[in-house]
Amino acid sequence: MRILVKGAGVAGLTVAWQLYRHGFDVTIAECNAAAGLGASGYAGGMLAPWCERESAEEPVLTLGRRAADWWEAALPGHVQRQGTLVVAGGRDAGELDRFAGRTSGWQWLDEAGIAALEPDLAGRFRRALFFRDEAHLDPRQALAALTAGLEEARMRVLFAGAEETGEYDRIVDCTGAAQIGRLPGLRGVRGEMLALETGEITLSRPVRLLHPRHPIYIVPRGKGRFMVGATMIESDDAGPVTARSLMELLNAAYALHPAFGEARLTETGAGIRPAFPDNLPRVTEAGHTLHVNGLYRHGFLLAPAMAGEVARRLLAEQPERKAS
Amino acid sequence: MLKLYDTWVESRLLLGTARYPSPAILAEAVRRAKAEIVTVSLRRETAGGKAGGAFFDLVGDLGVRVLPNTAGCHSVREAVLTAKMAREVFRTDWIKLEVIGHHDTLQPDVFGLVDAARILTGEGFQVFPYTTDDLVVAEKLLEAGCKVLMPWCAPIGSAMGPVNPAALKAFRAHFPDVPLIVDAGVGRPSHANTVMELGYDAVLLNTAVAGAGDPATMAEAFALAIEAGRLAHKAVPLEPRDMAVPSTPVIGKAVFA
Repeated sequence: MRILVKGAGVAGLTVAWQLYRHGFDVTIAECNAAAGLGASGYAGGMLAPWCERESAEEPVLTLGRRAADWWEAALPGHVQRQGTLVVAGGRDAGELDRFAGRTSGWQWLDEAGIAALEPDLAGRFRRALFFRDEAHLDPRQALAALTAGLEEARMRVLFAGAEETGEYDRIVDCTGAAQIGRLPGLRGVRGEMLALETGEITLSRPVRLLHPRHPIYIVPRGKGRFMVGATMIESDDAGPVTARSLMELLNAAYALHPAFGEARLTETGAGIRPAFPDNLPRVTEAGHTLHVNGLYRHGFLLAPAMAGEVARRLLAEQPERKAS
Repeated sequence: MLKLYDTWVESRLLLGTARYPSPAILAEAVRRAKAEIVTVSLRRETAGGKAGGAFFDLVGDLGVRVLPNTAGCHSVREAVLTAKMAREVFRTDWIKLEVIGHHDTLQPDVFGLVDAARILTGEGFQVFPYTTDDLVVAEKLLEAGCKVLMPWCAPIGSAMGPVNPAALKAFRAHFPDVPLIVDAGVGRPSHANTVMELGYDAVLLNTAVAGAGDPATMAEAFALAIEAGRLAHKAVPLEPRDMAVPSTPVIGKAVFA
């Protein structure tokens, strides 16, 4: 079966990889000049279904708990299984209890426990929640590696300008926010992030800083680089980060550790997360096209489950192969 | 029925629309609460001057009256501008007026609030001012043309419930004929119930429902508590006494022995 996957963000590449592994003939068409230039490239890359359960519904946990295994199998060495640390400033300490009450898979850490995991945070927080089974990866590296892997496997990956003229049995549309206004119920939720660089602090795992209004996370990217995210604004405006959001993200980073005050601000970005009204992703059919969309803030976490769903549907349609 | 400006409403629970796990859960909460009015933040859900189209459409589809708010505005000018934007987006003269005096605690700037209320009522807005329980500020708001008052019962988002019931009682007694909506500080249905028993006309909530483990069920719990408080107020509850008083007559029994 010849399949055209539209979009080379996390959804498209994950679907393409899954289909390639099942023996489909896959072509990927991306209207941008490279993979991951949409919302995926601004993602945190956290594989944190237990933490996300704080504000997400049960399917995010059930569909997402195997995500780290999927990524590890697809891209050996990319997944860091270091868990997630969740902390709150002294005045917001109650937020930690609330978070604990709404999630599972954590253990309480005291000051010594925090210092043992993240020495640079020693003495800064009295308590923390540690989600041992969570993982993270670098989204841009992961998407580049998937693209390279598909090209190596002789799947066609066509970027902006490349003419796509083949005949396909099925199309899988993974164009995310581009479908807003086309797929019923799909809306955009703006997310803003920034990147910091400093040699003064080292973190080994994503750290979430709880706050009643501005919860943020900091994900270490190695070599003194950190990603700080992300705002959640009900808008499909993709313009540059606002001063207010920048201030909130920086404030939170500074609250986590004052060393971030001296960090270099190397990037700011804004992306549009496509979401359905229940904020859960789904695979829908429209004629010859399967749509994978609505990954919201769970792209890397839930794309593998969606890719599995697409593969199941297409395998069911495929004529029986001859035994070799 | 409660009259807010020219509009009669049955429900005495006004729901905020921010920070629900999803718009689907927000819709379910509104339905379970039988809410007729929801507030929407223009400021928060806009970026680059562009209104949060799809989200506003979702709110519009709830089939309830929208009370846009100026949450996040820190100056009179900003609040007035946001109110005008809200009027265009939602085609309503209603505006929940917030002028924030302190970025961190979100305490209202009552001086800016009165100024902004005066400007907006002058331009035909029907202003719902988010204020403290200060009587003098409330009088100035009425002078400025407000016909509804929305005092807090505790700082916004604190979930502490009525921290100063005496002030709330005085506020109610001072403005017997003005619709009073408790806005901010409510954490539990029992808090909402208490202020309704004190004679308040309605309660406006957001975090207490949106942040609950099951927002839709909590919305219904609030609606029931508010209804119970309203009925209790109408039924004139007993005032507390300093000593036990038996509910059955004691004449003829040797209780005074």
